[in-house]
Amino acid sequence: MRDEALFQLLLRLGDNALILGHRVSEWCGHGPYLEEDIALANTALDLVGQAQLWLGLAGEVEGKGRSADNLAYLRDASGFRNLLLVERPNGHFGQTLMRQFLFDAWSLPMLTALGASTDTRVGDIARKAAVETSYHLERSTDLCLRLADGTQKSHDMMQEALDDLWPYTGEMFLGDGVDTVLADDGLAPDPTDLRGAWQKTVQQLADVGTLTLPDGQFAHKGGKTGRHSEHLGYILSDMQFLQRAYPGATW
Amino acid sequence: MKNEIPLWEVFIRGQHGLNHRHVGSLHAADAQQAILNARDVYTRRNEGVSIWVVPSNAISASAPSDKGPLFEPSNDKIYRHPTFYDIPDDVGTM
Repeated sequence: MRDEALFQLLLRLGDNALILGHRVSEWCGHGPYLEEDIALANTALDLVGQAQLWLGLAGEVEGKGRSADNLAYLRDASGFRNLLLVERPNGHFGQTLMRQFLFDAWSLPMLTALGASTDTRVGDIARKAAVETSYHLERSTDLCLRLADGTQKSHDMMQEALDDLWPYTGEMFLGDGVDTVLADDGLAPDPTDLRGAWQKTVQQLADVGTLTLPDGQFAHKGGKTGRHSEHLGYILSDMQFLQRAYPGATW
Repeated sequence: MKNEIPLWEVFIRGQHGLNHRHVGSLHAADAQQAILNARDVYTRRNEGVSIWVVPSNAISASAPSDKGPLFEPSNDKIYRHPTFYDIPDDVGTM
């Protein structure tokens, strides 16, 4: 029971990083200018690197000989455990940044709490990932602020992005049976406990950036248990193509 | 030109380096963003421990045509060149 819950946790963490990393990597070569293009590619690489660690450990915990690559490239959509938020389409630059900010603002307190996990392997990966994530948050906060508090047009576009993504944020704080087992064993924090820190960071952006936080309580959910939006299928057909067409190919 | 993002010169002090060294330039709206961009463009591989950014237009440069008057080494005046001294090893980097 403990190992099964731990396996689910590692898939959730790994898949969040993998799918968001892939989404961000779609910007490579399309950034608004060179410096941002490089920064986005760096963020994507950090996330894919984190995914490799989480999924590597997931395979180890599962004990069926599956590697990180195996889990990333040979599962179907229903096997993925990422939040719906990270599979949202990139949209415009501001939308990508808002998605990144909303995720980073949750990810950092999550990783910080995981740093104290009763499983030292989880703690080790979390502390390493937290360093990268604190930089991601600094960057996404900075850019979201500039655009939100920029021109009327950029402000409106950021408000629209926030309104659009808001219903996908609630899932981060919804616990299920797996989360209960994890919290009881001290493996991971209770998802609801992370809302305070997240809310504070998001409220700060809204205050300084002159944005209005939506008051809607509705939350799309399902990603954590494998029920995904149509977007994930398209991501996987792109991401997994090579391994599906040329099984075992390496370079 | 008016709407272009300003250019910045980036200086990085390496892991074992003594001085900040010029590594290149980049675009950013202000100093804070220039430092973030410098981190992404120039210091992904453990290159630095400190970053300086300077607006490119704050740098005054000598004109290439002044090369003669400024840099002519007057090699015939050998007393200008301290090549007659042995520097003890203990002195280290000069």
